[in-house]
Amino acid sequence: MISRRPAWAWGAVLAAALFGALLASLLYGSVSLAPQDVLRALLGQGDAGTVSIVRELRLPRALLAVLVGGALALSGAALQALLGNPLADPYLLGVSGGAACGTLVGSLLGLGTSFGVRAGVFDALALPFAAFVGALAAVLVVGVGASAGGRLDRRRLLLSGVVVNALSSAILLFLLSFGDPSRTQTFVFWMLGSLAGATPGAVAALSVYVALSLALLLPLARAFDALALGEETAATLGIRVERAKRTAYIAASLLAAAAVAYAGIIGFVGLLVPHAVRRVTRAHRGLLLLSFLGGALLLVVSDVAARALFAPAEISVGAITALLGAPAFLVLLRSRP
Amino acid sequence: MTGKLSAEALAAGYGPRDVVTGFTHAFATGRVTALLGENGAGKSTLLKALAGIVPVRRGTVRLDGRPLADVPRREAARALGYLPQSFDPLFPILARDLVLLGRTPWRTPFGAPSARDLASVDAALSEMDASRFADTDLGAMSGGERQRVLLARVLAGEPEVLLLDEPAANLDPRHRFLVIDAMRRRAETGGTVVFSTHELDVASQGADDAVLVSGGCVLAAGTIADTLTEPLLSELFGVSACVTPGAGGRPVVSIGPSRGR
Repeated sequence: MISRRPAWAWGAVLAAALFGALLASLLYGSVSLAPQDVLRALLGQGDAGTVSIVRELRLPRALLAVLVGGALALSGAALQALLGNPLADPYLLGVSGGAACGTLVGSLLGLGTSFGVRAGVFDALALPFAAFVGALAAVLVVGVGASAGGRLDRRRLLLSGVVVNALSSAILLFLLSFGDPSRTQTFVFWMLGSLAGATPGAVAALSVYVALSLALLLPLARAFDALALGEETAATLGIRVERAKRTAYIAASLLAAAAVAYAGIIGFVGLLVPHAVRRVTRAHRGLLLLSFLGGALLLVVSDVAARALFAPAEISVGAITALLGAPAFLVLLRSRP
Repeated sequence: MTGKLSAEALAAGYGPRDVVTGFTHAFATGRVTALLGENGAGKSTLLKALAGIVPVRRGTVRLDGRPLADVPRREAARALGYLPQSFDPLFPILARDLVLLGRTPWRTPFGAPSARDLASVDAALSEMDASRFADTDLGAMSGGERQRVLLARVLAGEPEVLLLDEPAANLDPRHRFLVIDAMRRRAETGGTVVFSTHELDVASQGADDAVLVSGGCVLAAGTIADTLTEPLLSELFGVSACVTPGAGGRPVVSIGPSRGR
């Protein structure tokens, strides 16, 4: 039976693959480095230039890919359980639209002069902050729209998210029509998703969000399992349904908002990974943890591909995940047992 | 009030309307009680209110004499087993995994299922003649097979009170008796069984008592012999009924279109 195939064995496989992908991520780049130099540089030894490339550029970028990919997949897994909809995606809650609006408004106000390029410390922090604020504002609006009589209505949540995302696109188009072309171009680059803005600070901030969300979501695994029977039946099994839904909503939104703030809008990770993991385990404790590992792996690999395929030019990592994700998703759908 | 489960002047519903209103009844322990009534009479809402999942607007549901709202959540979940009328799986799920969800109130937040959990799951599947589809996805089953798996989910929790909404729906005659037998077994070992149906033969064969529900309150309540009578049934369903005594004192009801209405 599927649910008792050892999820931990898959976890070990994914963790090993992730470790390999992380090494590849440190080795590949515009400057080729030998493995032993990379290892020495990680420990702070060797040529100062190499140390700087590895410790300040490549390592934060690789770790950011781990956290963003993991956060998106974890958010997708929680959201699919919350909404009882296998097509739910972290951006469904209006997160992506809100973050995009926040970022654009931020840049119109003169926060951050460019995207993805190292500017001053304030600039590097200001735009993620604007994105985060925009995402949270959208999530709040969606949540209010989906609440009825103090309860979070699952179907309304879906509709409310779709509507807020549509509204956000309208505002974006409106604002962009005033902007100058160069700003539009950098904005579109951010929209497509990029890990180029990785800094140790971003990694630290995102790992706090991820740790917090995992601490909120893992205790809900049993509730997510029971929610498969419907809200009412889950309640008769002793599940605090409203509390579980609200916590999952907040945690999933926070994860997606934080990921968008630091890496732009990277599609398909949150949709594809939980789907794939559901082939291996359907119990949510394993599903949540394996989704995190799977999402991390997918994004690290995609980022290496984004840098390596047309080097020295770099493609947007969001384009890679979509190029990989869309066909993979179709294959998963076709082979549905 | 005697009995494990009782309702006093209960009112519950959705939106502006009370679907159940002024419902008072004590469900006898050790007996199977059928809730009989037309479509929309309030049977399902009543069962949900008894299970604590529809907010009670007025009145009280009592479990062991205590208001249900005061019973700790886990204790109530262990004591009450509820079968909803319909269920569509949102995600693929194997029968055994679904039945295991019935053990939720007995499990720790993180641990693997205990030997006791697994034994209860196997026993429930076997009792519902569903062991052979334990490893089948629910979506690949017929309506009747699925219904038996869903019932096994309730039985696996080993609740003292069973609240079953249309447990015999979609079942062929043999499996209908299988379900009836399972309900009787629970009653004989001191359980309280309440089920809804609008099928008179299921009520007459399966239940000891019946509560006739009309407009969300009690039209009549009593033993099957006292309640499945020609005047009460024609009043309840608006049909003409012909009741003859059958084997074991269980009335045999045949119905036809209403006369003179």
